[in-house]
Amino acid sequence: MLIFEHSRPGRRNRSQFSTIKAEKQNIPQNLLRKSPMLLPEASEMDVVRHYTRLSQKNFSIDTEFYPLGSCTMKYNPRACNALAMLPQFLARHPLAPEDTGQGFLACMYELQEILKDVTGMAGVSLTPMAGAQGELIGVMMIRAYHEARGDKKRTEIIVPDAAHGTNPATAVMCGYKVVEIATDKEGNVDMAALKAAVGPQTAGLMLTNPSTLGVFEKNVSEMSRIVHDAGGLLYYDGANLNAVLGKVKPGDMGFDVIHINLHKTFSTPHGGGGPGAAPVGVAERLLPYLPVPMVAYEKGVYRWLTEKDVPHTIGRLSAHMGNAGVLLRAYVYVRLLGAKGMNRVSEYATLNANYLMAELSKVGFEIAFPTRRASHEFIVTLKEIKEKTGVTAMNLAKRLLDKGYHAPTTYFPILIPECLLIEPAETESKETLDAFAAAMKEILVEIQEQAEMVKSAPHDMPLRKLDDVKAARELDLTWKP
Amino acid sequence: MSIPTQLKYTKSHEWVKSESDGTITVGITQHAQELLGDMVFVELPKIGRTLAQKEECVVVESVKAAADVYSPVAGEVVAVNSELESSPEKINQDPYQAWLFKLKPDNAADLASLLDAQGYEKALESEGH
Repeated sequence: MLIFEHSRPGRRNRSQFSTIKAEKQNIPQNLLRKSPMLLPEASEMDVVRHYTRLSQKNFSIDTEFYPLGSCTMKYNPRACNALAMLPQFLARHPLAPEDTGQGFLACMYELQEILKDVTGMAGVSLTPMAGAQGELIGVMMIRAYHEARGDKKRTEIIVPDAAHGTNPATAVMCGYKVVEIATDKEGNVDMAALKAAVGPQTAGLMLTNPSTLGVFEKNVSEMSRIVHDAGGLLYYDGANLNAVLGKVKPGDMGFDVIHINLHKTFSTPHGGGGPGAAPVGVAERLLPYLPVPMVAYEKGVYRWLTEKDVPHTIGRLSAHMGNAGVLLRAYVYVRLLGAKGMNRVSEYATLNANYLMAELSKVGFEIAFPTRRASHEFIVTLKEIKEKTGVTAMNLAKRLLDKGYHAPTTYFPILIPECLLIEPAETESKETLDAFAAAMKEILVEIQEQAEMVKSAPHDMPLRKLDDVKAARELDLTWKP
Repeated sequence: MSIPTQLKYTKSHEWVKSESDGTITVGITQHAQELLGDMVFVELPKIGRTLAQKEECVVVESVKAAADVYSPVAGEVVAVNSELESSPEKINQDPYQAWLFKLKPDNAADLASLLDAQGYEKALESEGH
C-alpha cells in the first residue's frame, strides 16, 4: 500500500508544515502551476505507521543472512555510523575554511594513506561516488595518460568475458572499442586469447581479480607483463578486493589504476543503490591525472589539493568531497580493524566461502569450478537439475526466500548456465553457514519430491511469485488517484 | 535439442534462411531464446540500413538480460518483423518462426561462411552447454 492510498482530503500533519513564506515571487506567471501539487494528506501517526510497516518488510543484513555474490553484503558496524554522525561532522559546511575543519581533513587524509598502503598504489583520490564512477575515472585517466604522450593509436580496451558489465560499458563511455577475450575451462583468462588481442592499439586491460567466477587469476604477473610490454595499462576492478585485502596488493600485481568499492570491502552501507563511494588509486605515472579535491598534510596542517596543485587533473566529480559521510564510515572501519584486522577480513571471507562451498558440494550441489579453491565467493550451477526436473536457479532462489534467506546472485556471471553466485562474507558465523547449507539441502529434497511446489515459490512471502514479464512490459511507476 | 537442418547458423546463435528471391531471413536460435528467458522488448533495425558482417543490429531484452543480435553477413535490411515489438514472446514460443529481419546480402558468396546444423551443434558443444 502506498502512502497516497492513506490520503484523506484535509487531513493534516501540523508539525511538518513549512513556516517559511516567500515575500516576493519573481517567477513568471506562465511558469507557475495552476493546480496544487498532488501530495498525500495524512496524519503524523498514519505516516509513522506506514513507514514503520514498510521498514518491517525490509530484508537487510541487520535481520538475515544475505549471501549476494559479488556484492559483499558484510555487516556494517554500528560504531562506524555512530562516529560518522557526530554533530561536528554532520554540521560541518563543505565550504568551511580549512582551519576550522582540520579534524575532518585529517580523517580524509588518513583514509587516503591507508587505502594507498593496503592497495600498494602511489596515490589515492577519494571523490568518486560509486563503483561505476570510479571505473569511469580510472579509464579516463588511462586515456589522459596516452593522450599526454601523443600516443593516439590506442583505441582498444581488453575486457575478459567474465567481467562485470560495467567494465565494457566504461570503456565505451571513454570512447574505446571493447575487445572481449575468453575464459578457459578452469576459469582463468585464456592467455592465448590475451596474447592475440594485445598490440600497439591496446590502451589497457580491465581485470577483476579474483574474477567474477570466484577464482584467483593464476597468471596475473604474466598478464601484467604482456599488457605492459605492448604499451597498455592495467586496470584493477576492486569489486572483489575483499578476498585479498591485506594479503596481496594490486600495486604489486602490476596494476596501474584501481577502484575500491567502499560499500563492499570497507563495509559502508549499500543503501538503495547508494550512496556509494569508490576511491581510485593509481601508480606513479598516473598521479598527475587524479581527480580533485584530495587532502595534503604539510608542516602539521591539512589542506585541500585543488586544480592549482594538480594542473593535469581530469577534474572534479562533485562539488565537494564526494560522499563525505560514507568516506567517514570507511575511515572508522579501517581504524577499527587496523592492519592485522584487514588480514583477518580476507582470511575469514575466503574461509567462509570455501567452507560453504564444501558443505553445499557434500549435500549434492554441483560446483562450477570444483577443482579450484574458491575466492570469497563461489558458483553453484543447477544445469543438470534443470535438465532433469525443470527447476531453475531462479526457482531455487525464490524458494530460499521462504526459508528466510536472501537469494544469492542469480544468472551472473552469464558464462555459467543456471548459476548461483554465493558470497557469505567474513562476518557470518559457522552456525549461520550450517543453517544455510541445511536450508539448501531441504530445497534439494523438495526439488526431487515436489518440483512443482519449488517452481511456484515463494509461498510464504507477502507477495507470491510475480509476473516479471508483465512488470517489465507494463511499467507502473506513478500513482494516480 | 533439435536444430532445423534446412537453416544456416552463426556462432553467435543467429539462424539464417535463404529465400528464393536472394534475400535471407534472420532470427535467433532455440538455444539463444532458452538462455535469455522470457523476452520483454525487441529493438529492430531501420529498413534500408546497411550492415557489416557481425555488426550489432537488433537488441533483444529478456527478464534476465539484454543481448545484441549480429548481422550474419554484410547487406541491406529490406524488412523487419515489427509484430515482435508488441509480442516479443513469440521468440520464446517459436524462435524459428519469429524472424527478426530480412537482409539483401551484398555478396551471396558470404553465405558460405555460415555453419550448417551439424556445425552449429558442434559449436554449442564446445561452448560447454
